[in-house]
This record gives sequence, C-alpha cells and structure tokens, in this order.
Amino acid sequence: MRITQGAFSFLPDLTDQQIGKQVEYCLEQGWAVALEYTDDPHPRNTYWQMWGLPMFDLRDPAGVVQELNACRDANPEHYIRINAFDSTKGWESVRLSFIVQRPSDEPGFRLNREEGAGRNLRYTLDSYAVRRSPEGQRYAR
Amino acid sequence: MNADPRQALATPAEATEAPESGPVDLAAEFRDAGIGEVLDALDRDLVGLEPVKRRVREIAALLLVDRVRQRRGLSSTPPSLHMSFTGNPGTGKTTVAMRMAEILQRLGFCRRGHVVAVTRDDLVGQYIGHTAPKTKDVLKRAMGGVLFIDEAYYLYRPENERDYGQEAIEILLQVMENQRDDLVVILAGYADRMERFFESNPGMKSRIAHHVDFPDYSDDELSEIGDRMLAQWNYRFDDDGRRAFAEYVALRRAKPGFANARSIRNALDRMRLRQALRLFECGEVVDESALTTIVEADVRASRHFQEEAAAGDRPG
Amino acid sequence: MGAPEANTQITDPSKRYHAGVLKYAQMGYWNPDYEPKDTDVLAVFRITPQEGVDPIEAAAAVAGESSTATWTVVWTDRLTACDMYRAKAYRVEPVPGQEGQYFCWVAYDLDLFEEGSIANLTASIIGNVFSFKPLKAARLEDMRLPVAYIKTFRGPPTGIVVERERLEKYGRPLLGATMKPKLGLSGKNYGRVVYEALRGGLDFTKDDENINSQPFMHWRDRFLYCMEGVNQAAAQTGEIKGHYLNITAGTMEEMYRRAEFARELGSCIVMVDLIIGWTAIQSISNWCRENDMILHMHRAGHGTYTRQKSHGVSFRVIAKWLRLAGVDHLHAGTAVGKLEGDPNTVQGFYNVCREMVTKQDFQRGILFEQDWASTKRVLPVASGGIHAGQMHQLLDLFGDDVVLQFGGGTIGHPMGIQAGAQANRVALETMVLARNEGRDIINEGPEILSDAAKWCQPLRAALDTWGEITFNYASTDTSDFVPTPSVA
Repeated sequence: MRITQGAFSFLPDLTDQQIGKQVEYCLEQGWAVALEYTDDPHPRNTYWQMWGLPMFDLRDPAGVVQELNACRDANPEHYIRINAFDSTKGWESVRLSFIVQRPSDEPGFRLNREEGAGRNLRYTLDSYAVRRSPEGQRYAR
Repeated sequence: MNADPRQALATPAEATEAPESGPVDLAAEFRDAGIGEVLDALDRDLVGLEPVKRRVREIAALLLVDRVRQRRGLSSTPPSLHMSFTGNPGTGKTTVAMRMAEILQRLGFCRRGHVVAVTRDDLVGQYIGHTAPKTKDVLKRAMGGVLFIDEAYYLYRPENERDYGQEAIEILLQVMENQRDDLVVILAGYADRMERFFESNPGMKSRIAHHVDFPDYSDDELSEIGDRMLAQWNYRFDDDGRRAFAEYVALRRAKPGFANARSIRNALDRMRLRQALRLFECGEVVDESALTTIVEADVRASRHFQEEAAAGDRPG
Repeated sequence: MGAPEANTQITDPSKRYHAGVLKYAQMGYWNPDYEPKDTDVLAVFRITPQEGVDPIEAAAAVAGESSTATWTVVWTDRLTACDMYRAKAYRVEPVPGQEGQYFCWVAYDLDLFEEGSIANLTASIIGNVFSFKPLKAARLEDMRLPVAYIKTFRGPPTGIVVERERLEKYGRPLLGATMKPKLGLSGKNYGRVVYEALRGGLDFTKDDENINSQPFMHWRDRFLYCMEGVNQAAAQTGEIKGHYLNITAGTMEEMYRRAEFARELGSCIVMVDLIIGWTAIQSISNWCRENDMILHMHRAGHGTYTRQKSHGVSFRVIAKWLRLAGVDHLHAGTAVGKLEGDPNTVQGFYNVCREMVTKQDFQRGILFEQDWASTKRVLPVASGGIHAGQMHQLLDLFGDDVVLQFGGGTIGHPMGIQAGAQANRVALETMVLARNEGRDIINEGPEILSDAAKWCQPLRAALDTWGEITFNYASTDTSDFVPTPSVA
C-alpha cells in the first residue's frame, strides 16, 4: 500500500527540485519550514520526531534541501515530511504538509473490529510495521 | 517514481537545451542583465574607492563572459565566487558587499541577492555541540545570497587548541566547496590579519577566488563623504564649518581608533548634538536655515581640537 | 421624496403621542443625522416601495416594524426610554441600475437583542417587516454585528484550524462527495459507495439533506455501514477519513440520540440541515463542542429566501448568523457548478465564513466591515455540478480552505467510484502543486490537467467525460456594484 497522508501523496514522489519549489512557496508566504520523521505512520500519530527546530528567517530553499538530505542519510527507511508553520494570528498552525520520503516497503495497517452490544463496532488501526519491531527497526532495508 | 530524486536544486532549464552558437553581443548581455545600472550606482554613490570599483567591474565582466561560455558549453563548472574584502574599518566593505550581491543576482549567480552579515559570535558556540547547529543555521539563512563574515580571522584562534572556531571553519569550507550554486561567502577584515589567517588555513585561501583591497580614503574624500552624509539627513556645513571640518579630518586620521567613513559618521553625529544644544540654549526663534546648518563652532568644539590646542600650549 | 416636514420627527410630546396614525418618519424612525455607534447592530435592506410610497417613509417603516412600532400611536411608549429602543433608518439610496429599489440603512441599539440567540435576532430583524403592505418587496442585504454582540456567541465548535489539525490535512482543499442516488439505497449498498469513494482518495463523503430514516434505510443501518466504510478506507490509506452522518430528525431528542450513536461509532463529523431551525442549530452546536465533533451544515431550503434579489434574505446574512450560531462546514456555492451563484457574490460568502475581519467589498456584496472578534472560521463547502476539469477555476476562486464536493463527478465516473475519487484527488494535488510553483493556473489549468492525465488514466477518463460541461446561466443574485478603478 501507499500511505496517502500529506498534500501530494497521489502524485509521483517529488524530486528535490519540486520540493525546493514548494519550500520556496512556503518561504514566500512567511512560513517557517520544519522536517519531521517517523517509523510509526499511524494517522493519529500527531508527533513525529523533529529533525532540528523549524527553520526561521530562511530566504532560499537550499538550506531545507540540505537538511532534508542529512535527515534522509540518517533515516533512510523512515517517513519524512515537510511542515510549514504560519505564525499569523488566527492561524498559528501548520499550513502545508507533505511527505518527502517513504520506506521502500509500506505494509500498511490492520483494521481491528471489537464487536459490542447490538451491532456496535469499535474500530482501531494497527500498523503492521510497528507491531513487528521496536522503534528504529521497523522498516529494515 | 524517480530513480534518483536528488537532482541539483537549481538546474537551469536551459541546461537541457542545445548550446547556442554564433557571435554574441556582450554589450547587449550587459544591458539586459542590468549590471550597468548597479555599476553606475556604485560609481555614483560611493566616494573614491577607484581600485575597488575597478575590481568589481572586472569581476562582473568575468561573470558575464562566464555566463555566455556556460550557455555555449565552453565551461562546465560553476565559477568560484567566494571573495575576501580587505581593508581598514569604514572603507566601504559592507556597502560594496551589498552591491556585489545585487550584481551576482542580476547575473543569475545568486538566487535571492540578500546579504547575511555575521561575526565569529554568530557562528561559534560556547560549548561542545553548540557550534555546528549555529553555523548551519547561519548558512541556511544565507542560502541563495551572500554570507558576509566580518573579521573572519577571529574564527581561527591557534592559541586555544580547544577552540570551536575550527569546527565552524570546516563546515564553512564544506559548503563553500559543495554548494557553490547556493551561497557566496565574503570574508572581510584587516589585510595583514587576513593574510596570516590564510597562511594558517590554506584550504580557505584556495577557495577564495577574488581578493579586493579597500584603500583608506584621502582627506578630501572623507570631507566629501561628510558632505554627502549631512545632505542625506538634510543638514549642511556653512563655509567656515566646512573648512573646520577639513582640518578635523586631518587631525582625526592621526588619532588612534581612526575608522575612515565610520569615524566621519560618528563625528557628524556628535556635531549634530552640539548644534542642537547650541540652538536650544541661544533662546531665540530659529529659522529653517539654522536648523539645517552645522557651523564652525559645532566642529571646533571637538575634543580633538581641544587636545591639539593643549599640546600646542605645552611649553616646548 | 416627500415634503421635509412629513419626514421630520415630531418632538413635541403632546403632538407626538396624540392618538391616531402618524407617519413612521414623524414617529422618529427616520434620522438622517444619526451617527451609528460601534455597539449598534446595523442592517441594509433593499426595499421596493409600493407606487406612490415615499422611500424615506418606507425606510422608516422598515426601521419601525423591525423594532418598536405598531401601525398607530401608543401612549405606553411614554413609559419607556423609547428613543433608544426605536431603530433608526439613517440613510436611503437608490439601488444602482434598479428602478424603484432603494437600499436603506437601519441602526438598532444593542439592548434590543438577547445575548447568544439568533432566534431573537431574526425575530426582530426579519420578524414582521417582510410582509409589510406598503412594501412590494424587501430583502435583508447585509448586517454589521458589533463585537460586543459577537462575543455572546460561541461560534463554530471546531473551526478550520482545529479541523485541519484533527484530520492532519493541510495546504489543499478537502475533497468530498454526496452519496447518490439520494433515495433508495439500502444501508449495505450505501456503505459500499462510502467505502469506494474514500478508498479512492476523498477525505469525506456525505449524506444528502433528505437522507434521514426512511423505509428503505433505517438511520442506524446507515450509520453502521458508513462507519465500516470509513474505517476500512482509513486502514487502507493511512489517512483520517470521515462521513457526514446526517442526524436531522423530527425532534431534538431524536437528533441527540443519533448524534450520540455517531459518537459511539467513532465518527469525527455529523451533519444537520438548515431547516431544523436556529434554536436547534445552536443546541446541536453546543453538543458538538462538548463531544469534539465537527458540525457540517447543509443549507437545505435557503433558496426559498436567498435567491431572488428583490425579496428575502441574502445568503451572506445567513452565513453570518450561522457562523455565530456555530457550524464548522457550510455550503456556500460553487460559482461554476449547477446551482445559483455569481462568482463575486459567492466569494463574498466565502469571505464571511473564513476571514477574521471581513472588509467592506461592494463588488462582492459586502456592505459593512465585520470584525469577527476571533470567532472561529467556518470551512465553506462547494457542492453541486462541479468536476475535475474545473479544478483550476475552483482553486483560483476559493483557495485552499474549502471542501470541494464532486458527487456525480466521483460516483458517475466511467471506471468506477474509486477511479472517480482518484481522478479528483490527482487533479487537486496537481493543481495545488502547480499553483505553489508559481504557474498561472487559470490559463495553464487545462494543460496542467491533461499533462497529469497522461500518467493517470482515471483523470483522462474524467476529463473526456465531463471536460466540456459548463453551466452558463445568468445568475439572479449578482452584485449591484461594478468595479471602478480606485483612486488610491
């Protein structure tokens, strides 16, 4: 399967040049760009690991791509996403988020159903990769 | 999916097109890039600095030709653009760096054309593990523009073998070599100290392609700079004031801590203070001409004249 | 306009309160010198007076009938501070290009209204006046609600920012679809459509306005099967998905029952129709806030009073009331689809939903600056006759903060529902990517889409099927103001 979180997951994986252009767009909006990575891509896993702090006051995407490559080298089989933060009053939140690296194999999620009274069902999602290994060893190459 | 997504960030679209051929009109290239305006502005706005202006013109011409050569496939590697600006304080290094950034941007060697000016304190940390993030943060902010490191030789402190400056130098060197498209570094400072810095850091020396020497201003040039600064702030000297100021320039140069245009600026600031106090204390209604004029008394009240006078009185 | 004295307030109490009939203007409902206070509720009505009725007197009558007046003089006024309770018409202007129509501005003191009650506000402002005989027609065009009044409402339970944080979806419009056919599918068949559409790439699916609990599908069946589809799709995509479960029902008690069941099943969103009424909307909004539920509002029925330009209530006013009453999603038009909507006017509705201060903007029909005092943003929904081939226009018109709902454009796809959903999502992401890269999507849009269709067969099929479909009918609810070059 292919996890389709983020703004551009239905497109072919973005090249560094395409990533640079999206980052440039974020910088033009005055947003701070940050990198995050994880090997637990559960849709409710809000807090991925931060790769350093959000990068403030950048003028050019080259610095972000440089950090991205460092993050890729350190985490070759993790999901990596780029988040852009808007500090404007009334937003103060992420304004763009997209995946820039994914593991070579994505086993996906199991849907667990717990049958209750009547025909009630309680659903939970369970990541195959998380279930089989501890953090850091989940998507071995 | 792409086999290798890691392409160069700034691959120009023309790179894939067939190289052009036939004669080239360099004057038109020059015009279209808008370099002339920047160079003219440099000539117009900066007093003196003839050798610097000539060097800037040479570098601009070299880059212009290089751009044409690249388009024709005659040169393949991007030119090294890192520079050192040496000279005494107040000789216009920062100002010229801003103009240089503009020229580099117009020629397409620099995407944003901004200048990030730093000193050792912005790059080097206080404890282990602090320096790399600091230096990288500065480098990221400077990407697409010019990183101007003032008094760059302070990065290297051989007397302290555990100094973290060396770490900053190594990170800088790496980026200067590998990301020439993304960043131009200008090292600035006194000529002699820079020379010693280069002797101990041959790696740095070899990556600096252009050396620009900033001479001290002559007395006449400094007087003219003073006139221009005042005009910018809507002030002027009267004739006696201007003569006194010319004397002041000659006196000030001989004193310690002389910093060319910067000393002039500081002196003018003090003269404006004295003018204000004089107008305030005269107790009369003042007109616009009085509000905008620095007179001889405002100049001669300077401590340098007083000291001169004291020295003259001393029995000899 | 009538003789000056006829429109002047009679201030001598012995004359003013003499039993009988006076003109509204004489009773003090017309005051051209009135300076509205920051704390006043302001309204602009478009009125069409009957033949021979002076527009100033008509405006005064509107002010009177929407505040204290009755048709004749009553002595009991003198027991009150009636000068304050009287609404004041303070400005009347002919509508540009519309013979016989006038805009009239009316100011109401804050004390005319109960805090936190849209029912009370509407009972005053639109309670009597629309049936008033001396007017052929009347339409409430816009309102300015003072910050003091705004602050008595809790507003949307979730808001755009928190909704996106809950869904972890940023930087692009959300995609939805209404399940079709509207009527007749069993719960099991219905859930299949939900699953296919979400699995294919949509973020949300939606019950239609009249899907409640009819003989063909009991509401519990609908809820159970829809949530099976939602969770399956979430597991297979790793994305948070949702289905707007319509909890509209005959009584408030039944609505709460359905809402509770939606919550038990883990739904992130429920839906109600506008026809449940203001009080029910405010109540269910409170329930949603307490239960972390997104509230989707389908504006069913609004066309009966918003569409005609001469009579009724403009949707921009309905949108303002709904933002206060507290909904998270609001259908606000498409401009390019099958339902009514002039692009400028529709953009005005969107601005009312989404901005923290809505600026005065005559071209978009916004007559007042409205400070929302940090009331959360409502996410507008564009739904009705739109398809992937219009993606560039939709993105250009509405930006990122909108739900684009392609019902027929998903379910009617020749290769199936999943393919339809995929086509829409690919078209959307392609267009957002291109816009962010600085491309001119309005002009290059069709080319951008057909480039993506080279590697996405479902998009190719969607463009081939619907690429040429447009709904070019004249809108009835258009702006009265044409853009003129500004001096500044």
